[in-house]
Amino acid sequence: MKKLFFSLIALTAISLFSITGCNKNNGNEILIGEYSSLTGPNATFGISSNNGLKLAVEELNNSGGLLGKKVKLITYDDQGKPSEAQTVVQRLIKNDNVVAVIGEVASSNSKAGAPICQQNKIPMITPASTNPEVTAIGDYIFRVCFIDPFQATVVSKFILNTLKLKRVALLKDVKNAYSTGLADFFEKEFKDMGGEIVEVQSFSAGDKDFKAQLTSIKAQNPEAIFIPAYYTDVNLISIQAREIGLTCPLIGSDGWESEKLTEGKAKDALEGCYFSTHVSTENPDPKIQEFIAKYKAKYNSMPDAMSFLAYDAGLILFEAIRKAGTTNPEKVKDELAKIKDFAGVTGKITINAQRNAVKPAVILEIKDGKFKYKETIQP
Amino acid sequence: MTEFIQQVFNGLSLGSIYALIALGYTMIYGILRFINFAHGDVFMIGAFSGYYLGIIFSFSTGGGFASLAIAFAILILAMIISGILGFTIEKLVYKPLRKSPKLTILITAIGVSLFLEYGGQLVFGPDPKSFPSLLENKQVVNLAGAMISSNPLVVLITAGFLMVGLRMIVMKTKIGTAMRAVSYNPTAASLMGVNINAVISFTFIIGSSLAGAAGILYGLNYPSIDPLMGILPGLKAFVAAVLGGIGNIPGAAIGGMIIGLLETFVTGYISPTYRDAIAFGILILILLFKPTGILGKKEIEKV
Repeated sequence: MKKLFFSLIALTAISLFSITGCNKNNGNEILIGEYSSLTGPNATFGISSNNGLKLAVEELNNSGGLLGKKVKLITYDDQGKPSEAQTVVQRLIKNDNVVAVIGEVASSNSKAGAPICQQNKIPMITPASTNPEVTAIGDYIFRVCFIDPFQATVVSKFILNTLKLKRVALLKDVKNAYSTGLADFFEKEFKDMGGEIVEVQSFSAGDKDFKAQLTSIKAQNPEAIFIPAYYTDVNLISIQAREIGLTCPLIGSDGWESEKLTEGKAKDALEGCYFSTHVSTENPDPKIQEFIAKYKAKYNSMPDAMSFLAYDAGLILFEAIRKAGTTNPEKVKDELAKIKDFAGVTGKITINAQRNAVKPAVILEIKDGKFKYKETIQP
Repeated sequence: MTEFIQQVFNGLSLGSIYALIALGYTMIYGILRFINFAHGDVFMIGAFSGYYLGIIFSFSTGGGFASLAIAFAILILAMIISGILGFTIEKLVYKPLRKSPKLTILITAIGVSLFLEYGGQLVFGPDPKSFPSLLENKQVVNLAGAMISSNPLVVLITAGFLMVGLRMIVMKTKIGTAMRAVSYNPTAASLMGVNINAVISFTFIIGSSLAGAAGILYGLNYPSIDPLMGILPGLKAFVAAVLGGIGNIPGAAIGGMIIGLLETFVTGYISPTYRDAIAFGILILILLFKPTGILGKKEIEKV
């Protein structure tokens, strides 16, 4: 019996090896890896960015590919969990031998995947992680979006100058690097500009009951509440805030960007609230409108900021490989660092010394469950 | 003061949901002396029944509220579905194991729990779903600035009504008397002509339908549901049952309320980050001084 057991284990091990071992580069393709949250509480982040990237790869291959080869995208789902992100990035690099990695949207997951890319010297581009620490992990890590200290300034300016509100409460997600980082930058920036933070409360992603925190916030009678968090939690927070009689506007950040934000009762709860993000689909810029048309034709849905950014992440990676003339990761990394005034769909992309993109931010207003353009704030 | 009243109300409405789940744990423990770890997942199935019934009754997740009658019908149907699920689990899984060691049944219960959770991810999808707005949420009471809206009030009243109903069944009906007899001494009860199998099935049906009702009320209060939503409330309800004195029905209700209030107060006044640590720390303290729980009686082991 014991013998049978061991032979079974051996057999399983062998078959596993043969399955994972066969996914090797056959020489006629350039393999690019992507990790994203296709399922889980932040699923729309992963699905939107994956759709954007797929569009970029498809267009590239239709126009002749790269260095005479076709590009093949390998995408793994990390379920929005940092531990899974580590596993799948490892798998992309070790088993699939990808030349570069694109991902993730959520900063906590990017921070889990980036050290593995850095150790293996494989360039990684995150489309939408805004926490500054992500690209500080090493010289192989890049991003095509702005960073949170800038986003904090944008939101502070908007609350003080446009809304003319001074007393703000803060509600952050302590399990999430993006949320705590942005909350800290905001707290400092808003006070420096002359605003007042009347209450700071926190929760853990996945909580369903926020009434205790919201009741404490209500006791301080703020004029607005800044909630740097992801859409699934914000959806519930907004409903419960209205339930206990908090009527002030809720202000958010790019983590709100999802069609699921205003699902259900949140549609009414979030009416007249604002959030900062990367791009507005109402922007008449022909590049943006052309992208929306292509995206709609392929997926039959509207793109969001994550789709735009992932598309741009793909474009600058192709550009860097084209300029390097090879897929050698070190040369690609050097070319990525030199990207300057590249015409992406979200505007001109210039990678600075910290490997971040410098770009303006937009503020969107929620009206009838839709995101309407409010204003653009330049860096 | 306003803040305090609001927090008490928040805590009671959360606690009443824990209490409803805890009742199932405690009833099944009372009859069979084992912890049904799949109970939290029956709660999840209750919530998903409400979600799909909401779609069948064709009011979508956006606007458009059902009438009170439809909301009531959905509650009853979800209770029936959960009751059938509890009955099936008992008949298929626990009954064949009734003579085996307690540890075997316990581990099987964990297996059933995982089966429901990940089976749920397969069938319903792992993404959180927005629970339909069964009732319009109105501000009904304004107690010195403390807003008390209708949904949490509905939750509190429904939970209270179900608990009183359960108490009536257990104390006043024939099957209730049989349940108490089996709980007291199964062998003697069966010698007196009590049909043990029927009593156990009935207990599972009642306990599971209460969990199903809790699922609907949870969805009403916190309208985002996913297949793993039962884990934490299930665990907390289990602790509530132990705190109240496992096997004791009023104890489970009180235990649930205490946990709900403790959680809310720790979050509101101390620190949300340490919410569970502090709330559970206080529980450990209570159990140190009263190991049988608040209303629990000491059981004398016969050797």
